Amino acid sequence: MDWLTEPFAYGFMQRALGASVIVGVVCAVVGCYVVLRAMAFLGDALAHAILPGVALAYLAGIDLLIGALVAAVVVAVGVSFILRSGAIREDTAIGIFFAAALALGVLLISTVDTYAVDLTHVLFGNVLGVSPSDLWLSGGLGLGLLLAVALLYRQLLVVSFDPVLGRTLGLRTHAIRTALFVMTAVAIVVSLRTVGVALVAAMLVTPPATAYLLTRRLPAMMALSAAIGVVSAVAGLYVSYYLDVASGSAVVLVATGIFLLAFLFAPRRGLVLRSFVFRRKNRRLLTTR
Amino acid sequence: MSDLLELRDVTVSYGGRVALESVSLTVPHGAQVAIVGPNGAGKSTLFKAMVGLIPLADGQMLIHGKPPAEYRQPVAYVPQREEVDWRFPVTVFDVVAMGRYGRGRWLKPLRAEDREIIRRSLDRLGVSDLAQRPIGELSGGQQQRVFLARALAQEPHIILLDEPFTGVDLGTKEAVLELLADLRNQSVTVLVSTHDLDLAASRFDQVVLLNRRLIAAGSPEEVFTQSHLQAAFGGQMVVVDGKVLVVDQCCGGHGPVGGTDSCQCGSCQLETEAGESEH
Repeated sequence: MDWLTEPFAYGFMQRALGASVIVGVVCAVVGCYVVLRAMAFLGDALAHAILPGVALAYLAGIDLLIGALVAAVVVAVGVSFILRSGAIREDTAIGIFFAAALALGVLLISTVDTYAVDLTHVLFGNVLGVSPSDLWLSGGLGLGLLLAVALLYRQLLVVSFDPVLGRTLGLRTHAIRTALFVMTAVAIVVSLRTVGVALVAAMLVTPPATAYLLTRRLPAMMALSAAIGVVSAVAGLYVSYYLDVASGSAVVLVATGIFLLAFLFAPRRGLVLRSFVFRRKNRRLLTTR
Repeated sequence: MSDLLELRDVTVSYGGRVALESVSLTVPHGAQVAIVGPNGAGKSTLFKAMVGLIPLADGQMLIHGKPPAEYRQPVAYVPQREEVDWRFPVTVFDVVAMGRYGRGRWLKPLRAEDREIIRRSLDRLGVSDLAQRPIGELSGGQQQRVFLARALAQEPHIILLDEPFTGVDLGTKEAVLELLADLRNQSVTVLVSTHDLDLAASRFDQVVLLNRRLIAAGSPEEVFTQSHLQAAFGGQMVVVDGKVLVVDQCCGGHGPVGGTDSCQCGSCQLETEAGESEH
């Protein structure tokens, strides 16, 4: 059993574990709405859109997470505002933001001498570099997010399932959508250290999509998604430690593996069972004829 | 009966195009009103304006003489079914429970009273046994009933049903008609948009004939006259042997109306005696 405890003799590994658990829970819970509202592309775009904020913070010598947070909120509100005007289609608006922000971010980072290493860390995460203050900030933001999900539970449920009802009940649907965008952006910032900008969309999408296949109510979906997120994050950390590979990639690949299992073997929606039932029905039809 | 709902010169426009022009209407408390008219007549627009989905360009709407904002849930609206995400992980109970949310209720847990209202609403539409099933696993008719149950759970002053007889099975059509009879006993006011002129004439106290403006409103006898139908349906109407025949495009491409014998292959033929009612 030593192999389980051995990595955590080091302080940086303990912090990495803490950060991974926070990311696993927060992304998985907020991601339920990303999956149910088909916002995966937006999640990816928001993740890349925080690059300029990270770069500016780096150049100015302030905490990278704070730079990322400011940029994320600005972009989330900005996309929501453009969507509200209705002048261009949603995926077009997101596509424009996505590319522009990535370009600006890389441009800013390329002015830094050590940019290759730093850019890699920002893009793919460096969970071993989590500082105690990073951990506190992530933990605080994560708790705030979970609180927001709980407080806005009914509003988000109604607006996502039946926006027409939401409006007849007097909900300000645009404001709630903006809140959800901001929440998604904050979840991405929390994940910055662990999985990085390029892969965070997977943490928002893969565990919730897996949970969707296995549950039939939103609270259960959120709980299972969080569990899958944590398992993937922790398992990915071990893989990263022992095989000496990038932590973000390891975490995402574990999550993808769990998704594939559920996709094939889920009791109601899984591929294998469905084809089995289908064949049995066919056979029954043939024999009764 | 006192007037419950009053529309005064209601005008609604969609991006510069006037969809409803200066519609004035009074509906007595407990009345059941059929809203009829050709496609694009503004039936759905009228409903959407009444629940605040589209702003009024002009005019006003009053409930018991007051603006709707004075009430918690003045109007419940059951839209045509395709406006909802059916793959969403919610159960039938969850959907009906949404009828108990609303102003000032977003954070309060459901009380015993709310659960009782939800249970009764499910019972009324005969979907209690489906309460724990995901909404996406239900048939179209069952889903429609769940949304009717949700409208009941809202305990509104007025219920608006947009094409409840379109594309549903016979059982659901019967359930809706039973519900209407039930609501009549409880003096709940109901407005129903429909393509089925026969049904409008036989099952409703009041008929409102629309074609972007109000053509006629009143009892079926008063409304279904040759000149009114001519004004509403124009070229879609022919007079054969003194009988008025309206050939109406059903339901905007959703297939024929389930269970009406007056409906053939995507178009409805509805007969009314010229100048007088059938009943």
